[in-house]
Amino acid sequence: MPKEIRREEVRKLVAAGAQLVEVLPSPEYEEDHLPGAIHLPMRRLDTEARTILDPKRPVIVYCWDTT
Amino acid sequence: MAAGLPTEGTNALHPRAGDLARKDVPTCGLTEKLGDVQERARAEGWDAAVVVNDERVVFGLLRSEELGGDPEQLIEKAMRPGPSTYRPYVALHEMLHAMVDHKLVNAPITTSDGRLVGLLLQTDVAAAMEKEK
Repeated sequence: MPKEIRREEVRKLVAAGAQLVEVLPSPEYEEDHLPGAIHLPMRRLDTEARTILDPKRPVIVYCWDTT
Repeated sequence: MAAGLPTEGTNALHPRAGDLARKDVPTCGLTEKLGDVQERARAEGWDAAVVVNDERVVFGLLRSEELGGDPEQLIEKAMRPGPSTYRPYVALHEMLHAMVDHKLVNAPITTSDGRLVGLLLQTDVAAAMEKEK
């Protein structure tokens, strides 16, 4: 089940092997993304998640804006 | 990103608001007297101070106009409450644009949960952009 988590928990989970996924389009990802983040834009999430992501490891999905 | 932590990508090659923000800006609490803050800020060579709580969440700003007020006044009365804050990852050209448009000589840079990162000076942004040319 999806769960909202905060920054510190993200860092702990990533250190423990979680997969970090940015869902924004390519220009935003190319400009800025969290270290080690996998790029899987929202529109491709349904079709590609199963091939790109490891189902045995936790997945953290994020996006961001400038506000 | 909103916390000013390292990122990857093309933007990571250029300095941003959080990189240039002065981390040594004087801070004070709501219940201090303006005179005490004036003295402390000026001793450190500043004409501004940021009003924060115990967790460094920004409540207000004292620019030179407010700092020059009645020394007996409490900070909560003297400060400029709820100043516009900007996130550490904002590009310098965007910051300069915003600061010139809104006539801001300085602007607090905070994390997305409002904690102070530092005070960004318009003169620092302009100088850094000139250097990048």
